[in-house]
Amino acid sequence: MKSEEIYDVLVDKFGESILGIDSELAGDPSIQIAPTAISDVCQFLADTDTLAFDSLMCLSGIDLGVKEEVLSVVYHLHSMKNHHNVVLKTSVPKTDAHIPTVSHIWKTADWHERETYDLYGILFDGHADLRRILLPDDWEGYPLRKDYQEPDFYRGMRVPY
Amino acid sequence: MESTQQTESKIIELKPFTDEMVVNMGPQHPSTHGVLRLELRLDGEIVREAIPHIGYLHRCFEKHSENLSYPQIIPFTDRMDYVAAMNQNWGFCLAVEKLLEMDETKDFAVPERAEYLRVLICELNRIASHLLSFGTYGMDIGAFTPFLYAFRDRERLLLLFEKVCGARLTYNYIRIGGVSEIIPLEPGSIAEQNYLDEIEGFLDYFEPKIDEYNDLLTSNSIFSERTMGVAVMPAEMAISYGATGPNLRGSGVDWDLRRDEPYSIYDRFDFDVPIAKDIPELGAVLGDCWSRYKVRMDEMKESVKIVRQILAEGLPDGPVMADLKAVRPPKGEIYFRSEAPRGELGFYIVSDGTPKPVRVKGRSPCFSALSALQELSRGLMVADIIAIIGSIDIVMGEVDR
Repeated sequence: MKSEEIYDVLVDKFGESILGIDSELAGDPSIQIAPTAISDVCQFLADTDTLAFDSLMCLSGIDLGVKEEVLSVVYHLHSMKNHHNVVLKTSVPKTDAHIPTVSHIWKTADWHERETYDLYGILFDGHADLRRILLPDDWEGYPLRKDYQEPDFYRGMRVPY
Repeated sequence: MESTQQTESKIIELKPFTDEMVVNMGPQHPSTHGVLRLELRLDGEIVREAIPHIGYLHRCFEKHSENLSYPQIIPFTDRMDYVAAMNQNWGFCLAVEKLLEMDETKDFAVPERAEYLRVLICELNRIASHLLSFGTYGMDIGAFTPFLYAFRDRERLLLLFEKVCGARLTYNYIRIGGVSEIIPLEPGSIAEQNYLDEIEGFLDYFEPKIDEYNDLLTSNSIFSERTMGVAVMPAEMAISYGATGPNLRGSGVDWDLRRDEPYSIYDRFDFDVPIAKDIPELGAVLGDCWSRYKVRMDEMKESVKIVRQILAEGLPDGPVMADLKAVRPPKGEIYFRSEAPRGELGFYIVSDGTPKPVRVKGRSPCFSALSALQELSRGLMVADIIAIIGSIDIVMGEVDR
């Protein structure tokens, strides 16, 4: 199935939670989903036989700039059964970054969500074990945010070198 | 009254639980393949929970990338999976090239000669990487000899890489639009012929060695005892955890990006994709540590096959770099995955049309495969943890990025 067809299926099923499809830019078109619906949409994509998205290739956060007020999360899905791909995107405000987890659908999302939380500070509601994964537990701030200021010292060690 | 007490005490005797003990394995442990710390919760010799703690090699190359131009990012990818750095370079370049190809105003294509050189070098790097995996796995399990043999052969490959790019470990050889010309191999020159002859000499030497290594380690009874039937990962579990490459094929899933989503010129070569099977007469169970290991051994033969086809065909004439003045991809985004020795290496790149990316995410195959460790090791023995880590073949530089 093409992304456009999947988009139509999703609009039929979820209506207003599907915000649009972005196919103007170069690259794969991405389907915009309202953050509150992402978990249900993913469950539907994984369970429906014609779609059968059984593998989450990549889950990444994006911060498009200091002026933008949102953080985005991108889901790259692939179906081993039907051999098709789809890209989902959802955006949340920086001040209140909450997204429902998808770690119960694909187990690999567990670590990917922890990484996104670690580097962007996006909170995945319902995640069983949401703590920092790459950085130390007591690190302050979220480094991949564009407005991140690196600390001068971490436990007495100089950080910029 | 007395009888019930007796039965109760019997139950206690039959299930002798000891106090749970927490043991830290690593971060400096020879069998963790880098700096991985495992928090083991042990009940005697049995692992109740093995919680991986990663991040000791974290450099956040993704943050660095946002402040660098595209060609400057390539050396960072070298340092992800440093034992298969050619493949990492290639994965990143492929993603950027896909973006460049989408720019309709410019005519961009990677030259034929570069494509052949890339496949040649990357398949040799796959052999080098699997050799290291084979050698260190043997050493983890307690066989020291395979390690020496593997490193002896890997050395010859490293010399071949050195001749073409000047480095032994972090190559920075594959560039956006082609390959590096630092040490030129002029088409049709004696240098080129000598180089190809040397590769052929290596293949002639190496191909029979694979069988020797199978005799030495694969069918070794101690090795088999330690790996067969241990930590079985069913296909659904492997897919759900995002295990890819040999780990996925070790669970019996017939999937290889080189064949199923062909990129570059892989569709021109004839090779098989080794898949693990149940082998009851040996004791191997589909998806166990031995299956994952065996897939790697078989893959080396397939890489030899591909390289032989290139040698038979000869490298085409022409330039090795595309005519590319500046790397400035159009506004857009791409996720591109390629088959690295450890699985699917994906790069997600967001471009805003400037020479620097807005976002680069490296989707590391080891990161996803390692996340399965906790579930795989539950209820096994401590010694099996070593067997699992070796069989999923992680490189911590790539896990932590």
